[in-house]
Amino acid sequence: MAVLMTVTRQGEDLPLLMKVPRLREGEDPAAIVSFEMEQMIMPRLSGPHVPRFVAQAGFETEPYIVMERIQGAPLSIRLRDLPLPAEEVASIGAAVADALDALHHQHVVHLDVKPANILFRETGEAVLVDFGLAHHELLPDLMAEEFRLPYGTVPYMAPEQALGIRNDPRSDLFSLGALMYQLATADLPFGEPQHLKGVKRRLWRDPVPPRRRRAGIPPWLQEAILRCLEVDPERRHPTAAQLAFDLRHPGQVALTDRAEKMRRDGFLTVLRRRLRQQEPRRRAFATARQIQAAPILAVALDFAETPEILADALRNQVQKMLANRPGARLACVNVLKSALLTIDSTLDDQGRNRHVQRLLELRHWAMPLGLPEGRVTFHVLEAADVADAILDYARANRVDHLVLGARASSFSRRLLGSVAGKVAAEAPCSVTVVRRRQPE
Amino acid sequence: MRLAILADVHGNLEAFRACLAHAKERGAERIVLLGDLVGYGADPEAVLELAITLVAAGAIALLGNHDEAAIGTGGSGMNEMAAAAIAWTRPRLRESHRRFLGTLPLTAEEEGCLFVHADASAPERWRYVTDGEAARRSMEATAAHVTICGHVHRPALYSLGETGKLTPFVPVGGAPIPLARGRRWLAVLGAVGQPRDGNPAACYLMLDTVPMQATWHRVPYDIAAAATKIRAAGLPVGLAERLFLGR
Repeated sequence: MAVLMTVTRQGEDLPLLMKVPRLREGEDPAAIVSFEMEQMIMPRLSGPHVPRFVAQAGFETEPYIVMERIQGAPLSIRLRDLPLPAEEVASIGAAVADALDALHHQHVVHLDVKPANILFRETGEAVLVDFGLAHHELLPDLMAEEFRLPYGTVPYMAPEQALGIRNDPRSDLFSLGALMYQLATADLPFGEPQHLKGVKRRLWRDPVPPRRRRAGIPPWLQEAILRCLEVDPERRHPTAAQLAFDLRHPGQVALTDRAEKMRRDGFLTVLRRRLRQQEPRRRAFATARQIQAAPILAVALDFAETPEILADALRNQVQKMLANRPGARLACVNVLKSALLTIDSTLDDQGRNRHVQRLLELRHWAMPLGLPEGRVTFHVLEAADVADAILDYARANRVDHLVLGARASSFSRRLLGSVAGKVAAEAPCSVTVVRRRQPE
Repeated sequence: MRLAILADVHGNLEAFRACLAHAKERGAERIVLLGDLVGYGADPEAVLELAITLVAAGAIALLGNHDEAAIGTGGSGMNEMAAAAIAWTRPRLRESHRRFLGTLPLTAEEEGCLFVHADASAPERWRYVTDGEAARRSMEATAAHVTICGHVHRPALYSLGETGKLTPFVPVGGAPIPLARGRRWLAVLGAVGQPRDGNPAACYLMLDTVPMQATWHRVPYDIAAAATKIRAAGLPVGLAERLFLGR
């Protein structure tokens, strides 16, 4: 639908790519509208997960978009080496989920996640390209109105997308699930149907479980993939950030029946699904709402410095933040301070014991919250600098809100510096510092 | 060029001033008043004085149906509250106000945009542009790339593509929307003085012309003051109450 060419511009060091739509007689009119849509969306995007927008001209002259040319390879070249090992599938999946999270936070649902539209920077970040089918919830959706037929790439298309819903960010998670399925098994979960009718089959027919196709796939990866491929978006991961979180912490993925499933659903189950099919709900501003409803909260607990009463106050604070947000999840984090030389193997034994002890303390602290497995995870980090460790953790896991306690005595704060102060100043997200009210 | 376009002020001085100040802070270079300066609100004189000053300084102003009714040449078919407000407004206008309203045109063109209070296919009939069909009728009657109207008190944006399909959209306050050259656009403003889309904040449109980009802004203003004046003036109380609700 478009021609890509490498171009240069004086005074521009960045390698550039020009995209020009094909406008010959007989071309699908969707090509023009999709290019118009891309021209509306691209200048509004920013960050490492999209190509930098440089310039464009509209249809009054010769239309084009000039953008940064991503140097790395597209994911499609990895398709030659399928199946990929589970660890690699998870790390690719997490990187793409990061990119989707960044996109969803900019009010955009991509709607065409597939290997050819994913590239990797040399620094490792996944980059999403081609916004011709995308939906931006703050802009008129020209594609939705012009064409009643759903556009997308058939093997990866979410079922609700096949029904014309274009504003649910979880549609991208379905596509990513189909992609991870392909990477892990070398097969497409729903084949390559040629007609829309065939695409709609995925509304009731579940895919062959990945572990049946490849016995070596671990249960946690099947859990993540099949959760992405749930027909009802409500049953998928609530956000791309939460999917990335699961893929990065396989040991903490809450396993359900999905993980152990070895055959497709039986005839009756499928029939029941087929008969009970409901029109999916259409909601305005679904993208922003979905993201706001399902944040990742992290609480940093420092048991040595935290008196019981402050631990209670922290728990109380976290409870309030989780209330009425069933999609929200909590990561409980403790930093084990390591001296610079503890890499020495002789300290391992003692170190490991301390590690286990801290995990037990975290679990004990969280128990009164009554959170089910899957909504709460526990992490003991080892680092020389507590504040840096918390900040790195928040960045790597796309944490939306950090909660931590303030050191009680001004003496230790003076001596050790304020962890809360540094975290609040440098965090990539909101920070709540809980402090006991000081006596007069 | 950055234009601040305000419609349906309706004698609400507090909302009018708040929008003008908001637009000035954001670098508006020219003001366009899209009609219905009076009616409903308790400050028709002060609003008109301010409008006269703005026009003297280069602003564009158009006639609305309430303005027409207030100078005695229209107003048939108005509902009871609107008619009561016009009856209240009429004797308050000075000769200079009437003369000013009498000179206002029904349409204006500037920077490739067509400005009109209501449906551009027949501006003097004051038909509402509330759906795709009405938007299409208005767009097809003119050659303008962008048409901008008011009258409805609820923001909307319609786009007509090469294929003849019409895309309706409800713009969100503060989010700029590019109006690409390849298609035609019709922007319906929210009201400055009497919003009816459930958001009680005053609404106006900031339009950048190169490249063409529209931003609907929502501006909080002193609703209590405007409502108190309406009640004190003996205007229908419903006109005060609806300001708090944006209905």
